[in-house]
Amino acid sequence: MSDLLRASAIGTGRVRLDGPDKVRGLAPYAYEHPVEHPLHLFPLCSTIALGRVTAIDATAALALDGVVHVITHENALRLADTEDGELAILQDDRIGFRGQYLGAVLAETPEAARQAADLVEVTAEGAPHDAVFRPDHPAVREPEGGGDDIDTGDFEAAIAAAEIVVDQRYSTPLEHNNPMEPHTTIARWDGEQLTLWTSTQGVHPARQTLAPMLGIDPEQLRIISPHVGGGFGSKGLPHADMMLTALAAHAVPGRAVKHAVTRQHMFALTGYRPATSQRFRIGARADGTITAFGLEAVSSSSHTKEFPEVAIKPSRQMYAGEHRRITQRVLPLDVAVPSWMRAPGEAPGMVGLEIMMDELAEACGLDPIELRVRNEPEHDPDTGKPFNRRRLIDCLHEGATRFGWADRDPRPRARREGGWLIGTGVASATYPASRQPGSKARIRHEAGVYEVGIGAADLGTGTWTALTQVSADALEVDPDRIALRIGDTALPNATVAGSSTGLASWSAAVLAAADAFRREHGTAPADGVEAIGEAAENPAEKQFAMHSYGAQFAQVRVQEETGEIRLDRMLGVFSVGRIINPRTARSQLLGGMTMGVGMALHEKGELDPRFGHVVNHDLAEYHVPVNADIRSLEAHWLDEEDPQAGPLGARGIGEIGTVGAAAAIANAVHHATGVRARDLPVFGSDLLAR
Amino acid sequence: MRPFDYVRADDPAGAVAAMAERPDAAYLAGGTNLVDHLKLGITAPDLLVDLGRLDLADIEELPDGGLRVGAMVRNSDLAADPRVRRDHPMLSRALLSGASGQLRNAATTGGNLLQRTRCVYFQDPTTPCNKRAPGSGCSALGGYTRYHAILGASDACIATHPSDMAVALAALDATVVVLGDDGEKRLPLTALHRLPGDEPERDTVLEHGDLITAVELPPPDGAARTRSTYRKIRDRASYAFALVSVAAVLELDPDAARPTILSARIALGGVAHAPWRARRAEQLLAGAPATRESFRRAAAAELERARPVAGNEFKVTMAQGAMGSVLAELAGLGEENEDSPDE
Repeated sequence: MSDLLRASAIGTGRVRLDGPDKVRGLAPYAYEHPVEHPLHLFPLCSTIALGRVTAIDATAALALDGVVHVITHENALRLADTEDGELAILQDDRIGFRGQYLGAVLAETPEAARQAADLVEVTAEGAPHDAVFRPDHPAVREPEGGGDDIDTGDFEAAIAAAEIVVDQRYSTPLEHNNPMEPHTTIARWDGEQLTLWTSTQGVHPARQTLAPMLGIDPEQLRIISPHVGGGFGSKGLPHADMMLTALAAHAVPGRAVKHAVTRQHMFALTGYRPATSQRFRIGARADGTITAFGLEAVSSSSHTKEFPEVAIKPSRQMYAGEHRRITQRVLPLDVAVPSWMRAPGEAPGMVGLEIMMDELAEACGLDPIELRVRNEPEHDPDTGKPFNRRRLIDCLHEGATRFGWADRDPRPRARREGGWLIGTGVASATYPASRQPGSKARIRHEAGVYEVGIGAADLGTGTWTALTQVSADALEVDPDRIALRIGDTALPNATVAGSSTGLASWSAAVLAAADAFRREHGTAPADGVEAIGEAAENPAEKQFAMHSYGAQFAQVRVQEETGEIRLDRMLGVFSVGRIINPRTARSQLLGGMTMGVGMALHEKGELDPRFGHVVNHDLAEYHVPVNADIRSLEAHWLDEEDPQAGPLGARGIGEIGTVGAAAAIANAVHHATGVRARDLPVFGSDLLAR
Repeated sequence: MRPFDYVRADDPAGAVAAMAERPDAAYLAGGTNLVDHLKLGITAPDLLVDLGRLDLADIEELPDGGLRVGAMVRNSDLAADPRVRRDHPMLSRALLSGASGQLRNAATTGGNLLQRTRCVYFQDPTTPCNKRAPGSGCSALGGYTRYHAILGASDACIATHPSDMAVALAALDATVVVLGDDGEKRLPLTALHRLPGDEPERDTVLEHGDLITAVELPPPDGAARTRSTYRKIRDRASYAFALVSVAAVLELDPDAARPTILSARIALGGVAHAPWRARRAEQLLAGAPATRESFRRAAAAELERARPVAGNEFKVTMAQGAMGSVLAELAGLGEENEDSPDE
């Protein structure tokens, strides 16, 4: 337990410091960075799902005016390390999924590059592919590195003895995190030195991945990414587009190569959330106490590189239940490579768990909030550790009051207005609270201004602003005297903006640096002095099971004759420790909840198994919610500080807003219509009488 | 993507003449659909004839009280026109339920009618499509069919026409004015779009070079003003194509003792290769009592011919539900649909 940092700038809703530059178009995104005489890249992508390239004829493309080079597996730089199947592109003739990079055209204009790409003749030999996800597929297996199964007590005996049993399967689809700014990179090799202007959630982690593959030292690779137009996890790990641009630039030394992934290509090349199937077998006493907790989760994945959506994560710790059997499995297919999407594991995992809890409440004749109260575990059922400030029930009660839950008639189809059925639903939210060690910050003083440098990222979430506030309080100066620098590997190492650990981890480095600076240079420092500090591990994480919690409430209306679903209102209450900036925090929580709305009602990658790719691959056909879909959206938080989280007293907020939101809506749809939606998203067409 | 020539037409005759010499030329109006197609490689014209300078951006009143809408009138302007809002609120609603504000500011009346299907396979040159590449096959059959036809489709194509405006115009009995090589011709809106048959590459009856110059709206009647509406059922509340949409005008007999239907004009969107005028339902409704039962029966009769494919069976129920709901609302039977169209 540490002393909390005294808040002065922290807790104030400062407007985004980068806002004015962004609205005036002065904040440079990756593609906009000015470079001399750039070449433009357009990729060649596989149109089969499995097989081999037998020939590539670039003669016609190279004959076109303005075309400089066509890179393929026949002429690309050999990588020093090809372990990572997603990133080791253009190394051989193998095709592992439809849409895979097979090469690229470099030309003086984007138009010429695109035209030439059409002229390159790729001949490939196809093999029968398998792109159909089903949990009973014979190839379902433990994930690489083990399934981390839980089998405690005597599950089968407990479920056989249970008075109430819920045995249901739930599913979530392929989902695509498509930030407004696509994945973009400018690459330039100057001798043995490579510079990438790119859009990433972590310049240092990207460098740690790419440099060894390219056979260069980390110091030979500089990555610059001051502004990121949204990431949602899809820019957390470098994807093949970054490697493609680096390889292409290697063929034209000294020239910058620009590549912006098209919206259509993003659906195959920049990660997505794999599909999940979750079979819950839950046994309870008549009073709702869970005695047997069973979950078999299966995630789709790719043969090219494994990434399972670990849907069992929240079920490990959410509720009590003495006899437990929990397994995670994966099914690799001949499809594009999945990756992180906001709250991987928790977001889909809480779909199954929280719809199941609604079903269990109904089976027991209990209010769903009361059911959760009765299954509140005394300590973490997974690790046996005590929880750190588990305030799930506080969130549920606070939310119930704010939402007006008390006067709810629990019967489905009980409320009707005009041709509309109205229902309300609730679900819990959770997300791990952790901090990553290893970030470093450098503080340098010059003429009353403290330059704080750290390779952190701002995905539009507010890092520029919030980390300035933290720096100001750490140094006990006005925020106007802080000059923050982020998003550059030339700055001290920073961990990734991922797993809701960004601000907490970077702040720990800033606090350490501020301590060192004041210790070494006092409160009246000379010009030019500096100090460096490094974020240590949070010792409390060894001692406690550390999670954040929340409660999500939703009211929907469903048109009886047409099935149309409208979200009247949605309200979330979260326990996330101290809030650094209420303005940016609210925005992040609302954004997370909005993503949950998409998960509940809209988002679904339609993979056509005959071809092996997602066919609704643009933002007109792949739907995310728009303003008109949500009439009222509110995010609240418990007024608290968490000393176990370190001097900042804050836990991450980037992901918890998404968790539980979809289940609350699905539960509200059931309350409105009596139709239980177990496969998300639920469309109005699913609610029509057949 | 391939390079193309570009000319800017000064007048309609000049535009038609520019097209006549070039079989691979295309008109460019708002560009909201064509420019996407150029980038994606769905079409590759060798000449674009830009219509932006044509003097066709006015809405004029006709001697009979109707309106003549120039082909270059922007969707936003047409939706906001006070005469349209007063006389044909259904058209205004249909326009505002389409696309997004930015797109409506650019999209034109003529271009809206001639926009092409949003079938995901048509829009993806890496998959077979008879409409894009005749003879290559229909990928939608056996594929992702949520937005596909249940009425009037063929084995060659199950695509739908994506326009909302055209559905309202079909119910309005609008007329399309076309300038071609051989002078001006006029045709009912309902005769403009084709069913796919074995030539799905042809969306309309127009010949190469034919230029839509205007759409004429008939003089308003009381029913169009007071008992007409457009309802669009879709997967999200804005910026989504119709799963099913209904444009309807209902005329009740003012002299009848009990509420009785004089006439109904109904068109469906999202269900066919063309705006689908529901003639069978209209016939059943003429003279029938204005009851929910009448509306249900008429909707069921219209959808009797529906041939859904795997994945869009729900549209039959949805279309019937939407028709019944809209007609009941127009007859004053139900409570008002609380959903307002997009602003």
